[in-house]
Amino acid sequence: MTDISIVLCGEAGQGIETIEDILTKYLKESRYNIFSAREYMSRIRGGVNSTEIRISPNPVKAYVDRIDLLFAFSNNAIDHLKERISEKTIIFGDKEVVGNLENVVDIPLLKTTKKIGGSFYLNTVTAGVISGLLNLSEYELRNFIKKYFERKGEEIINKNLEAITEGFQLAKNILESGISIKAKKSEELSRDIGKDILFSGTEAVALGALAGGCNFISAYPMSPATGVISFMASNSKDFEVIAEQAEDEISAMNMAIGSWYAGGRGMTTTSGGGFALMEEGLSLSGMTETPVVVHIGQRPSPATGLPTRTEQGDLDLALYAGHGDFARVVLSPGNLEDCFYLSKYAFSLADRLQIPVFILTDQYLLNLQYNIPSLDYNKYPVKRYVVKTEKDYRRYELNKTGISPRGIPGFGEGTVVQTGNEHDETGHSTENAILRKKMVEKRYNEKLNQLKNEVIYPELLGGKAYRNLLIGWGSTRCIIEEALKELRDPKLGFLHFKQLYPLPREVMGYLMNAEKVIAIENNASGQFANLIRRETGFEIKNRILKYDGRSFSVEEVATKVREILGE
Amino acid sequence: MNKMDSKDFDLENIDISWCPGCGNFSILKILKETFAELDIKPENLTVVSGIGQSSKTPHYFKTNTFHSLHGRAIPIATAVKAINPNLTVIAEGGDGDMYGEGGNHLLHAIRRNPDITNIIHDNMVYGLTKGQASPTTMLGVKTTLQVDGVILEPFNPIAFAIALNASFVARAFVGDIEKTKEILKKAINHKGYAIIDLFQPCPSYNKTQTFEWFRQNTYYLEDAYDPHDRIEAFKRSLETEKLPLGIFYINQRKTFEENIGIYNENKEPLSFRERNPLKISQFIDSKLR
Repeated sequence: MTDISIVLCGEAGQGIETIEDILTKYLKESRYNIFSAREYMSRIRGGVNSTEIRISPNPVKAYVDRIDLLFAFSNNAIDHLKERISEKTIIFGDKEVVGNLENVVDIPLLKTTKKIGGSFYLNTVTAGVISGLLNLSEYELRNFIKKYFERKGEEIINKNLEAITEGFQLAKNILESGISIKAKKSEELSRDIGKDILFSGTEAVALGALAGGCNFISAYPMSPATGVISFMASNSKDFEVIAEQAEDEISAMNMAIGSWYAGGRGMTTTSGGGFALMEEGLSLSGMTETPVVVHIGQRPSPATGLPTRTEQGDLDLALYAGHGDFARVVLSPGNLEDCFYLSKYAFSLADRLQIPVFILTDQYLLNLQYNIPSLDYNKYPVKRYVVKTEKDYRRYELNKTGISPRGIPGFGEGTVVQTGNEHDETGHSTENAILRKKMVEKRYNEKLNQLKNEVIYPELLGGKAYRNLLIGWGSTRCIIEEALKELRDPKLGFLHFKQLYPLPREVMGYLMNAEKVIAIENNASGQFANLIRRETGFEIKNRILKYDGRSFSVEEVATKVREILGE
Repeated sequence: MNKMDSKDFDLENIDISWCPGCGNFSILKILKETFAELDIKPENLTVVSGIGQSSKTPHYFKTNTFHSLHGRAIPIATAVKAINPNLTVIAEGGDGDMYGEGGNHLLHAIRRNPDITNIIHDNMVYGLTKGQASPTTMLGVKTTLQVDGVILEPFNPIAFAIALNASFVARAFVGDIEKTKEILKKAINHKGYAIIDLFQPCPSYNKTQTFEWFRQNTYYLEDAYDPHDRIEAFKRSLETEKLPLGIFYINQRKTFEENIGIYNENKEPLSFRERNPLKISQFIDSKLR
């Protein structure tokens, strides 16, 4: 076993997130490829949550069901994960907590943490145990911990160093009892992966948006999308970005629109339920041709649904939200690189065509993290399309380009008049039927036509000369990609979409070339397969749909695909 | 020695959709004169309005305008001021727009304190939708929808704003053009959120609150009145026998734009700043590697 899946499971409030944070950073520094993903309950204390950390000599970017090492911190942990535990799983737990089970390797965490000063140290002791089991350097972990707790003062640092020593001692005892764990570091020679970028979907979206020139974000807190505005708030002065918690989603959306009107680059971040309140604002963006960027971190709906879990259920909402006809773009990142690039691209695209642009992620993607070597900062260069106004400036000028140059208040000698009512070229209300028709065509047909010429194409992964084709979008990308490797079928291709709407014209060609097409979606209706049918007439009959609030796993996708292909 | 004239705000070929005798005509005149006398150029003025007869006002004079959605002028105006603090920003709407549909934004704008002036045309009735009760319609008034008379306690915007410790609270009456201009000028010059509840008659749907009614039922706060006394301001705001006009309350405090810290050292509006692309890679290299 060289690719190891470690799962930490316990109650909310036990510090599992801190263990994850210490371990992922330290293991990456120690030149392991790292992946982590979380599933958790909607509660602050108690319940049962788990985090998976994969370490591997090769890049790992997807969630697996398999558990190699399980650390159970609460008495409900083992039951919670029973379907994922196999005879190969090594379970570690304090028998005082999890009970005197035969298959559990006892680690006296309770006694140990009590000796140091309380359950507060559970996270550092566990980090020590795991590092010890993986035969990592205690000296380097101590240095890491000193840096990690730098701001907490000497006493806290010393206590945590003591916790490390204790953790390593516990690991030593376990290894001496005959358990052996062989993890392999990266053998990458071209670079030191210890210096890789390690970040989450949330950070990638926020940084991408900032790279795209975002200087205003307004939101009402809602899981799992809040992290984007929190990240910007923490770095507000550095990046000169205004991050404001609005009184409700309606306000958040209208503030974001107002920021663009004044010459800023604003966005909002929310989930499906919050976005439902923003629909009216979306329509205002469409009518007034004010750009706006909307990040929807999807979670299971309807209504409150499962607030901390994952789903790809808001595609239809993004596609059809807002009354009336107007152009829009729906992007959906498949991996962390996409999160960065597409969030960046969204701003220049919204600016150029004066339209709303969606970024659809989900809880799974926002909360996962893994290491990547680098980002291409020149990809999707930032472009601004604001013009200086002349005295006779007309906001909604009808011209040959199909796009009315967008002025902003206080830049030039003209005035910028916008209204959500139908309007003439000057921006004043009109009920003239001819103008109405022209304005609708500008906002809808013309922009959609221009968009169709610059779509981001889907990526064909796996067998280029495929017989059967998997279709996926957004966050399932890396899961399906790894399943594809596991399936070892050279005649199986995987077409991943990161631009969902407008659909590229070439889609039909890909579909017609396949004997069997299988859509894989984290929702109940196959919303994307339905969109393909709407746009192309092509019906995807085989659909692997998951809507239990959890993300797909690599194994699950592989099994379900095998079932359909009859192998 | 004013360089500007209210004619500088005139627009050609406008088709005003208000009813004859509407108080909005006076408000339009008052606004143009006020901005001219304050020497605010149309291109440096931004009026964000909601929906309603009052919200059409910025279409009838020269200014940057965002005629938006019902009740949503405040969040848009807040963001406009934050992105470009050099602009004079007005949020304008009616009693239905600001006190009804946009009530939550009003509440939080008072707390947030952006440096915007919020003008509410208050005619105690819905005009655009033809005569239903507004949040400020008096108890017992019968309409086509409130057929047995209004049963909801009327909203008192002045008491509400003072209770929330608003930065500037005033009430004016369109019948008094000079006095209203004076109040508006102080409100616009005030640094922070200023709310002006502006009484106006609606000749089509409110046959009770006429010009004459407002004259009979209002009085101006006396010269010796101290607008910095919150308790006294609150007391006056509760008077119903005769409704006081003038500046009820002033509470100078830090504005939203001052509090967000973006403009502490660099006064350049965010709309004209560009982020150095290196900032992103430097952040990633120093914090995430």
